[in-house]
Amino acid sequence: MIEFTPRKIQSSFWTILSPIISITITILIGSLIFKILSYPVIESLYQVFVSPFSRPDRIADIFVKACPLIIIGLGLIFCFKANIWNIGAEGQFILGALCAGSFALLFPETKTYTLLISMFLIGFVGGAIWASIPAILKVRLNVNEILVSLMLVYVAMLFIDFIVRGPLRDPMSFGFPLSKVYPDGAIISKVDFPFIGFLGQFHYGIFIILILCPLIWFFINKTLPGFQIKIFGSSSRASEFAGFNKNKITFYVLLVSGGLSGVAGVIEVSANMGRLQPEVSFGYGFTAIIVAFLGRLNPYGVVIAGIIIATAKLGADNAQMVLGIPKVVTGIFEGMLLFFLLAGETIQKYKISIRKTN
Amino acid sequence: MENLLITILLTSIPILLAGLGELVTEKSGVLNLGVEGMMLCGAVAALGSVLIFGNPYIGILFGAVAGILISTVFSFFTITLMTNQVATGLGLTIFATALTGLIGEPFVGKTAASLPKLEIIFLSDIPYLGKILFSNDILVYFAIFLIFFIHFGFQNTKIGIIIRAVGDNHDSAHSIGYSVKLVRWISTSFGGMCAGMGGAYIPLALTPHWSEGMTAGKGWIALALVVFASWMPIRLLIGALIFGGITILQFVAQARGWDVPSQFLNMLPYLATILALALISFKLRHNNYAPACLGKHFLGNK
Repeated sequence: MIEFTPRKIQSSFWTILSPIISITITILIGSLIFKILSYPVIESLYQVFVSPFSRPDRIADIFVKACPLIIIGLGLIFCFKANIWNIGAEGQFILGALCAGSFALLFPETKTYTLLISMFLIGFVGGAIWASIPAILKVRLNVNEILVSLMLVYVAMLFIDFIVRGPLRDPMSFGFPLSKVYPDGAIISKVDFPFIGFLGQFHYGIFIILILCPLIWFFINKTLPGFQIKIFGSSSRASEFAGFNKNKITFYVLLVSGGLSGVAGVIEVSANMGRLQPEVSFGYGFTAIIVAFLGRLNPYGVVIAGIIIATAKLGADNAQMVLGIPKVVTGIFEGMLLFFLLAGETIQKYKISIRKTN
Repeated sequence: MENLLITILLTSIPILLAGLGELVTEKSGVLNLGVEGMMLCGAVAALGSVLIFGNPYIGILFGAVAGILISTVFSFFTITLMTNQVATGLGLTIFATALTGLIGEPFVGKTAASLPKLEIIFLSDIPYLGKILFSNDILVYFAIFLIFFIHFGFQNTKIGIIIRAVGDNHDSAHSIGYSVKLVRWISTSFGGMCAGMGGAYIPLALTPHWSEGMTAGKGWIALALVVFASWMPIRLLIGALIFGGITILQFVAQARGWDVPSQFLNMLPYLATILALALISFKLRHNNYAPACLGKHFLGNK
């Protein structure tokens, strides 16, 4: 019989080791899947994990792909630390993009910097409002935030579909469901590196992570609200005795995480699409959940995790082109990775021993 | 009108079956958020097996087995390794969505044989009612049977009471000698089987071809429905029928030429779910029907 004894001290060494082990096991089982599907194993692994690093512009594109994942993941840290399950980041991302995009299309005359700054603010508010629905329902009526936030993903997808096919459709789009192209001031431009020029799609929006990441680290680890979030998440009873306001914490973590998802949506559309379309997110909101877990809910960890997952995503695109492997395999890897990461948490929390039963 | 009622009934079957399974799982204290993923597994297994063997009944079997198999992944991690149930369930859905996308790709564009209607002699001749209730396919009868089976099972049988005991107080259940983990494994597998069959019903009776993520949130709605039904099987039927009706509304609106954008009609089931959860919360505030140990780990070495 397997026996679990809670550990008194949780080793911090394991915090770093467990993602590494999880990734290794995932790759091993992944190889097995490639083998079963009769794809060349070494070549497949090369395409998925190494080929994205093969050219400078490809490396730049890793950051482009990682950008939305990291920003959403950073927001999810707040929720998951507080044990609040926001799984509707995908919807908040769409709403952020939609609100900011509508503003840019309706007021194209606004001055460049004012326009972009307003778009960021509006995107944040849009995402936050979408997240405030599960937040209010949770706080006021104790409605399960998991189901509400998820249902709102479907609603958001249908809503943006309606907007780009109806009110905001470009009359010159020949019937395609596309909005007009954003005014120049609403576009986040690509970075023109000195001596090198443009590298892939690398854009200025990525630099926001350099500000957000330390800021969030500081907030979580060095401020009272950050401390309250952590205590509330690890033991809601303890936080109640300490007199922390449970509803306030729940409400604000959802709002911040929704807002950051919204900002991610603004950047993604302004930098890479330049117009609204029915599909603005490609599961970023869901993938970011894995990123947050892989990063062990640490802001710097999330940045690294975002880069790793983005690499695999781009690698899967390459693998599809070169070897014809359907790129949905990344989802299989992501699911497995999450399982192993969670199992790692058990090993961190409990000492496992095997005892013979009589 | 008759046809409309039949369509509502048929549309509600996948969420009804999946919801009934999840109800049993949750009664034993396990919250499996992977219903959507398990339904997709059931759907792809059913469709694939029907395309190979040509017999829709084989499809039900494969759907059920696929649901059980994928649910054991969940059981292994949450019950044996005691991982977080919410995150594991989510992982299961992500995993299964991708896996079924991969498996289902060769099936795109192929049409599967549908489940035949079985008319029950005499009863199906009753005007109106006979056509609606007694000339359906086997899974409709099975779903209705399951409602009463689960209802009476929880009230009147030993195994039902053991499941409830494990879900309400696992320490006590353990101390009188029941294996908490085993009961939870079995209940979760039952949930997987039902979700698999619910998923199988979609290609076998509603839309006979594969598309990625074809369950379109039905698994999540089923989860909400269990809360809405306050963990009571008969209320689950009422809830499922309401959702069937709301889903059908968009087709009615199209047929009647209502001037509402289709996207807003498509939103209705999801908005209705949120509304239903909000409304039921008033009730659950006074009397929480949820199993007391729902989502809690059992260490098993006390």
